[in-house]
Amino acid sequence: MSEATTQNKEYSVIGRSFPKVDARDKATGRARYTGDIKVPNMLYGKILRSPHAHARILKIDTSMAEALPGVKAVITAKDVPSTMYGISPARYDETIFAIEKVLYVGDKVAAVAAVDDETATKALSLIDVEYEVLPPVLDPLRAMDDDQPQLHPQYPRNISVEIHQNFGDVDKALAEAYHVRTDTFSGTRTSHVPMEPHAAISKWEDGKLTISCSTQSPHYFQYHIARVFGLKMGDVRVMKTFVGGGFGGKLEASGAEYVSAALAMKTGRPVKIVFDRWEVFTHHRGRHPQHITLTTGVTKEGKIVGCHARFIIDGGAYTSLGIASAYYAGAMIPLIYMFDDYRFDGFRVHTNLPSCGAQRGHGAPQPRFAFESQLDMIAKDLGMDPIEIRRLNARKPNTMTPNEFQVNSCAFTEALDKARNISGWDEKKGKLSSDKGIGIGCGGFISGNGYAIYRTRLPHSGAVIKVSEQGDIATLYTGAVDIGQGSDTVLAQMAAEAIGINYEDIKLVTADTETTPHDFGAYASRQTLMSGWAVKQAGEEIRKQVLELAAEMLEANVEDVDIDRRVIYVKGSPDKVLPFERVANEFFIMRGPLVGRGKYAPPKLGGKFKGAPVGTSPAYSFAAQVSQVEVDEETGQVMVTDVWDVHDCGQVINPMLLHAQVEGALFMGMGEAMYEAMVFDANGKPLNANLGEYRIPTALDVPHVVSDLVDSYEPAGPFGVKEVGEGATLPTMGSYANAIYDAIGVRIYDMPLTPEKVWRAIQERKRM
Amino acid sequence: MVTEAKTSVKRHIVTLTVNGDEHVALVKANTTLLDLLREEFDYTGTKKGCELGDCGACTVMLDGEPVNSCLILAVEADGHSVTTIEGLDQNGKLDPVQEAFVNHGAIQCGYCSPGMILSGRALLNRNPHPTEREVREAIAGNLCRCTGYVRIVEAILAAADANS
Ligand code: FES
Ligand code: FES
Repeated sequence: MSEATTQNKEYSVIGRSFPKVDARDKATGRARYTGDIKVPNMLYGKILRSPHAHARILKIDTSMAEALPGVKAVITAKDVPSTMYGISPARYDETIFAIEKVLYVGDKVAAVAAVDDETATKALSLIDVEYEVLPPVLDPLRAMDDDQPQLHPQYPRNISVEIHQNFGDVDKALAEAYHVRTDTFSGTRTSHVPMEPHAAISKWEDGKLTISCSTQSPHYFQYHIARVFGLKMGDVRVMKTFVGGGFGGKLEASGAEYVSAALAMKTGRPVKIVFDRWEVFTHHRGRHPQHITLTTGVTKEGKIVGCHARFIIDGGAYTSLGIASAYYAGAMIPLIYMFDDYRFDGFRVHTNLPSCGAQRGHGAPQPRFAFESQLDMIAKDLGMDPIEIRRLNARKPNTMTPNEFQVNSCAFTEALDKARNISGWDEKKGKLSSDKGIGIGCGGFISGNGYAIYRTRLPHSGAVIKVSEQGDIATLYTGAVDIGQGSDTVLAQMAAEAIGINYEDIKLVTADTETTPHDFGAYASRQTLMSGWAVKQAGEEIRKQVLELAAEMLEANVEDVDIDRRVIYVKGSPDKVLPFERVANEFFIMRGPLVGRGKYAPPKLGGKFKGAPVGTSPAYSFAAQVSQVEVDEETGQVMVTDVWDVHDCGQVINPMLLHAQVEGALFMGMGEAMYEAMVFDANGKPLNANLGEYRIPTALDVPHVVSDLVDSYEPAGPFGVKEVGEGATLPTMGSYANAIYDAIGVRIYDMPLTPEKVWRAIQERKRM
Repeated sequence: MVTEAKTSVKRHIVTLTVNGDEHVALVKANTTLLDLLREEFDYTGTKKGCELGDCGACTVMLDGEPVNSCLILAVEADGHSVTTIEGLDQNGKLDPVQEAFVNHGAIQCGYCSPGMILSGRALLNRNPHPTEREVREAIAGNLCRCTGYVRIVEAILAAADANS
């Protein structure tokens, strides 16, 4: 057992399944998302996008569009700042509108603002752009070749980033290994597909820009938008509305904010831009398709001795957050199994396709699929059970990975054992009928990023709690961003617990750069741990002030006074009690506002080598997933009937929300495993940028899911918490592929596991 | 009734009942019911996710049947009765399907929720005690990217139980 058992404490508010704070607003349609909002005098903006994957812009004629009644502005690159933006520092390579060249079908060329949507759409069709079409780069495996066209002058041979990390002596380890395998795998360009498209409303009033938008990080939006327009950060206010899902795709400002801001500045009127579904797909910033070659060596007993991972990663047209994605791809491989010798060589290349960035599990799911598949192959070669080989190699608590990630709590072995038990593994493995199979896949993920995306000394999270003058409620001001995952609810529970009041007493003001303290936002599974620390500290500061005053009022020693759900009492004297509101009210009368403040900055983490910060985190989660499938040998159709997920996620704040996160992440993994891939024609035009042809799981596709936990407590997390929102995407692809192998003895090396691919593999096997 | 506007697009006067109240509007021939509800009447609980009939975010009940309002022209709704998510709760009391969505954690980002809830409500109106399979079929046209449908199915089944 981990230290969990020693930390078990009775909590009053955390650990309980409260409904989400905003559930009623969402269930009744009261919740307003950006696209639902109308402000007086508002114009509708639309963006003209490139029909070519690679082309030079020769001429743009906007006169006809400008002449259309109802059109208030038409803008192109010459009307807006040419400052490059992006989100990966040192790789800013996008501009509000393409300046000389367009680099993918969907690149931004011009925009209009008009009195209504229909006029704006019509105006777009009246903008005349003359292009010189250039040959596109479409194959990532050829992108670095000398004969390929160049996308960006600053990235020779279309190399976005080249990575070499080397720990220990891999060559020696592999040379001495009992058994070595080299296998190649590949993944696809899957997309976040938030149900709500990206949207923004910009206002420009008296030199101040106010943007309400669908965002995962008001802070990064504010920082980059201010930089591009040359404004003080204080003159840019970014406010989150309700957000209809992000999954990584709304971490960086899209065209919606930059362009609506530029149009608002030009017209002096508020401008709303809402992407259509085609724009959501082509803007993308989702999964990178990776080509992964793994060489892994083991001892006779199955102990992993070393691994060499090689990647070629398709980054698409622009950098987006892709530098981090490329580092994550390799950095997360040695997290869940213990071995010392590890090398990782990777290239992220540019193609004239939609730009890739961060999507749930950031960079790690496809390599994890590769590793989990290969580990099963190795187990088979050695005649070992797949769970046994994982147990043998499973990371232990209080260890360090070869790339210097410090792991504190780790109940991975316990998770494996529980997954084995609840899935009935021992009764099923190798014993199911010939069309059925069972497989395991595992994963582990960060609980927040050790370093911000750009260099800054700002702490990662801040929080302020203000108790009302009557002491009846407390308002939590946090920059943390609820995009549906439930951070508002979880942080309210943590605030109530820390103060000693009830969940219902907490009101929230969140995700507004002007009224809430700084927070980097919703990404890297960071908020429960990082925003949680700031909130806990703010709550404890209030508790301390209240108890000090209460001790005076009760004429007791402060050490003897405590509070639980609003009742302040003296330990051992049951008659000496005061209600929280009395003391809080008295505090205000005597001393002024009752406020608590908190901040969190992670400790210095990680090694000194190039790229060392990527993957550092105060804490890591672990997960084991077992899947059961049925395969129709005639058609290649795979039905996943059951999935058992066991997560090691530390102390649970809200069990209902936590399991909902596991379920959602698992289904995103399932989509990537079974159906999802953006496809393009020979000129780079997307063929399925809609929800009919890009298939995400529906209610009919889903297996029976059991989400379970192991007892765990993370010392680096407030109340012992760690990650849950992304980790469950990681094991899924591998566990499905392994289950299919168990069922029919065919190994699929590239995603997704479509009936055609499975059928072809079956035919191949039959021929042999 | 048909009028001719400046742009020579035909406009029609439509009269429809939305959530029990009569509404009259002058709409273009190509205006969808979705845009009429959202832009003219401000029933923004009806969401826009694709405008192609693929996602179900725009689901409303038309004479009690769930439909994708992005695929229906406003003129086709003339004389009909529409229920949007705003019309489900009565005097601040949630419909049992809404209540179940709240209590079962079936709502994450909430963007699919209005459509899901209406599909669920329409199902229970015609089949008060559906099987899990019937629930899944009823919401197969409503995409959700957040939940994996697990708790949505659970919530609709729970609302059915609450019926009995
Ligand atoms: S908006 Fe109507 S189905 Fe998607
Ligand atoms: S709750 Fe987000 S799409 Fe369903």
